Amino acid sequence: MIDTLRLTAEEAARLLREREVSAAELYAAYRAAIDERDPELHCYLHVCEDDGGEGIPIAVKDVIGTKGIPTTAGSKILENYVPVYDATVIERCKANGLRVLGKTNTDEFAMGSSTENSAYGPTKNPWDPTRVPGGSGGGSAAAVAAGLAPWALGSDTGGSIKQPAALCGNVGLRPTYGTVSRYGAIAFASSLDQIGPVARNVRDCAYLYSIIAGRDPADSTTVELPNAVELPEGEDLKGLRVGVPREFNEHEAIEPGVREAVQRAIELCRELGAEVGDCSLPYSVDYGMPCYYLIAPAEASSNLARYDGVRFGYRSPNGGDRLEMYERTRDEGFGEESKRRIMIGTYALSAGYYDAYYGQAQKVRTVLAREHAQAFERFDVLVSPTSPSVAFKLGARSENPLAMYLSDLLTIPSCMAGLPGLNVPCGLSEGLPVGLQLIGPQFSENVLFRVGQALETAIGFDPVPARLVDV
Amino acid sequence: MANIDRDQLLHVARLARLELREEEVERLGAQLNDILAAVSKVSELDLSGVPPTSHPLDVVNVWAADEPHASLPVEEALANAPEREGSYFRVPPGGSS
Amino acid sequence: MSEWETVVGLEVHAHLKTRTKMFCRCELEYGAAENTRTCPVCLAHPGALPVANGRAIEHTIKLGLALECEIASSAVFARKNYFYPDLPKGYQISQYEAPLCGPGRLVVPTAEGDEVVRIVRAHLEEDAAKTVHAGGATGRSVGADYSLVDFNRGGTPLLEIVSEPDIRSSEAALRFLRLLRQTIVELGISDAEMEKGTMRADVNVSVRKQGEEGYRPRWELKNMNSFTFIGRGIEAAVREQIAAYERGETIGQSTYDYDPDTDRLTVHRSKEEADDYRYFPEPDLVPVEPTAELVERLRAEVPEPPGARIRALEQAAGFDVAYALVTTGRDALYAGLVADGVESRAAANWVMNDFAATGADPGAVDIAGMATVLKTPSLTRDALVEATAASALPGFSAADYTSRAAVSDASELGPVIDAVLAANPQQVETYRGGKEGILGFLVGQVMKETEGKADAKAVNALLREKLAQDA
Repeated sequence: MIDTLRLTAEEAARLLREREVSAAELYAAYRAAIDERDPELHCYLHVCEDDGGEGIPIAVKDVIGTKGIPTTAGSKILENYVPVYDATVIERCKANGLRVLGKTNTDEFAMGSSTENSAYGPTKNPWDPTRVPGGSGGGSAAAVAAGLAPWALGSDTGGSIKQPAALCGNVGLRPTYGTVSRYGAIAFASSLDQIGPVARNVRDCAYLYSIIAGRDPADSTTVELPNAVELPEGEDLKGLRVGVPREFNEHEAIEPGVREAVQRAIELCRELGAEVGDCSLPYSVDYGMPCYYLIAPAEASSNLARYDGVRFGYRSPNGGDRLEMYERTRDEGFGEESKRRIMIGTYALSAGYYDAYYGQAQKVRTVLAREHAQAFERFDVLVSPTSPSVAFKLGARSENPLAMYLSDLLTIPSCMAGLPGLNVPCGLSEGLPVGLQLIGPQFSENVLFRVGQALETAIGFDPVPARLVDV
Repeated sequence: MANIDRDQLLHVARLARLELREEEVERLGAQLNDILAAVSKVSELDLSGVPPTSHPLDVVNVWAADEPHASLPVEEALANAPEREGSYFRVPPGGSS
Repeated sequence: MSEWETVVGLEVHAHLKTRTKMFCRCELEYGAAENTRTCPVCLAHPGALPVANGRAIEHTIKLGLALECEIASSAVFARKNYFYPDLPKGYQISQYEAPLCGPGRLVVPTAEGDEVVRIVRAHLEEDAAKTVHAGGATGRSVGADYSLVDFNRGGTPLLEIVSEPDIRSSEAALRFLRLLRQTIVELGISDAEMEKGTMRADVNVSVRKQGEEGYRPRWELKNMNSFTFIGRGIEAAVREQIAAYERGETIGQSTYDYDPDTDRLTVHRSKEEADDYRYFPEPDLVPVEPTAELVERLRAEVPEPPGARIRALEQAAGFDVAYALVTTGRDALYAGLVADGVESRAAANWVMNDFAATGADPGAVDIAGMATVLKTPSLTRDALVEATAASALPGFSAADYTSRAAVSDASELGPVIDAVLAANPQQVETYRGGKEGILGFLVGQVMKETEGKADAKAVNALLREKLAQDA
């Protein structure tokens, strides 16, 4: 009996290798779990049939292109779109024997923090289905948490892997910008987007990262990893310097329960032998959000221009001449948040406003990068909560864009600097998962995995949602 | 500093090829002004000496050799076409676009 | 001299000669069946990313070197955002603030001195696809006009060269264009043929009073692809602008179409209000920073530009001959012959008349062999004609022709000449009567009698002698 709620990818690989379980049985177990729990949770937009392959199944966020499998980006404007090519990360997964289990729900075009912006309905948090799983990659995080996939691929622009991982109690990595190919991943903000692994534990996360990472000739912004990925083994943090940035840890938006869980984890770092110290990044939290909400929408406004009803996707039936076709297709095909961001982005780039908005934001970005770099002269890793709150109620922030944007307050700054970040569950608050964010300098994934693994072992967090145990 | 009026809003919508319905114009207008007020915070900083960051990594000179790859078979190229005629994509005519 | 001065600036676009497109590796093929040269990148499918064509970059740098441009230390691709069916991404990847080539100049030699046209910049971008308009509206029936799009051409590398408004007449514009075209073709980077659409020009025309500072608003004639129409279009614009000013009207900056049938300009039906292209640096591509090594390697591949070659030959051959030789691509042939000892005027004469008539490739001529032939005293006319015809063919042997010296010996020619004079008493009298032109007829008769083997110069001299003697 395969317990998909607990099975790690590493364990699944062993079972297959030692023929304790067949590939078909493994696949069937996940299908059964999906049939049972997904009608309530709605993690999946599309579930694939068993293709007869031999490897481990993987769930894929629906912004990542899969050849022959519908890919919607959570949007009506791509409702019937079937890619004619695989994203590079999918090719790499397939080359390692992985099989696409299904496409997971996402905020439309990866824009959002709750998965409520999906044109296909929201995903529910497996810990409490009246609450959001986080976003934009809520589907992937919820699927892993609910045992509907052993692991998943997500995408992170301002926190879309880390924050759902925090709210659903699993491990998510936002990689160093440029270490994972974006070819085939539907672009939101090109200088910020990264594809990354979502998993039940740090080792699975590291292993999946090693499969997908590395330079891709099809993506000019990728580079070779300077060091090979190391699966973490160690259990202590001796010799490591852990920084606690004040602004990230004492912000008034952080819920008390979250703050406590994170502080316990920081204390644990000390006990494990790390040198822990305070630091200050005065601009990052205050200016990170405005910076992000100028640059990301600007790039998005341009990236989303290709959705025009000409070559693929939705075309408005309310036809008319070409101009009307464009305008109606896009107005009818895009949801609210996408339209908001397109408008902001277009404005920020427009004549007369570029310097004050986009141009200025690109400079703020430099400031944030420098600030982080300075901190990393004294520390190997910075810690903070990933999300200021635990999972909030469905509908609680959806009427207020700015309130929703605040969900990313703590994940955004390091994204602006192209830095990697790992979410590791560190406890519960009111029965809901709290995530610890580990930020490192560029190419420091191995350090993040080492710290994450040590804490994971020491904390002993049970990633199975309590309400799903003994179901 | 930031305040988009109705005309500007419609101009931006036109640039973005979004035909906003009247009730959208109202609602979006208000939301956009709130967001703009928040993001305008970036202009508080004097960054005259600071260079902009376009790329997080210091990578330059990436290009490919001029060697062909296989193009898509024409049926795949047109597979998702909302409207086609033969092997062409078909779109409504327009003096404007 | 008119009180008005013509002011012309040109923006020239040339399709670069590469095997593949600018940002994907689809093979370029003129006349391929529609939509058979496409891929996810040039169709702008979701997730597709551009990868720059290295050869196109090299071609552009070479053009910059040939135009004495500053080669950028860091060139940046930029997005130019607008909507059109032939622009699948909804933006064109071009260069904006940081082009590959900075200020330079093209020096156009004329008999009266140099016309220096400053180049503002040269940069690299991609061409749009092709839209054809179809259907025939009969009234307002369903199935009326529509447009069809073929993406084969979309993504072709395009070189854009922008000149300062330094051109002062339509003739000067055409001189500039022809010399620019020749420079481009000799670099081997483009076929630059207007009729085929591999070169086109936007022509900016304004007028101002002689001595007036600053420039008045200009009219733009876009996508001109005929030298003749460019010349006429400029003249029509100048004419109409002057007339308007003299009527007291003001001129606004506008785009115009030139109608060759009426020789008049009409305002181009404007697509939409002036586009705000919202340029920003292309996040999917990294800067191009040509190394000193690369630039020097490419510099060695740049031949001496045509303008400089004209001036170099002018001393020896006079301006008109030098201009003709260089602009017809035959100056290397001429220079080679002269270097091998052929007298300058004889070499120029042979190249521009005898050889030119064959239509053969000057680069294929056996220069050493032909020089030997040309230096042969008393070569018969026949021998010269045959040698010329064979000069560019493989297996040319000078010896086949040099042995066929013309007869110039007086003792051999004397009797023949006497016979001809005896047979043509009328002509002899005409000559002696003062009409020396008849000598040509008599020479011809001698040539006929000797079956072309006589040396015409010697015959001419001997005839004169004899005719003078017997007078």
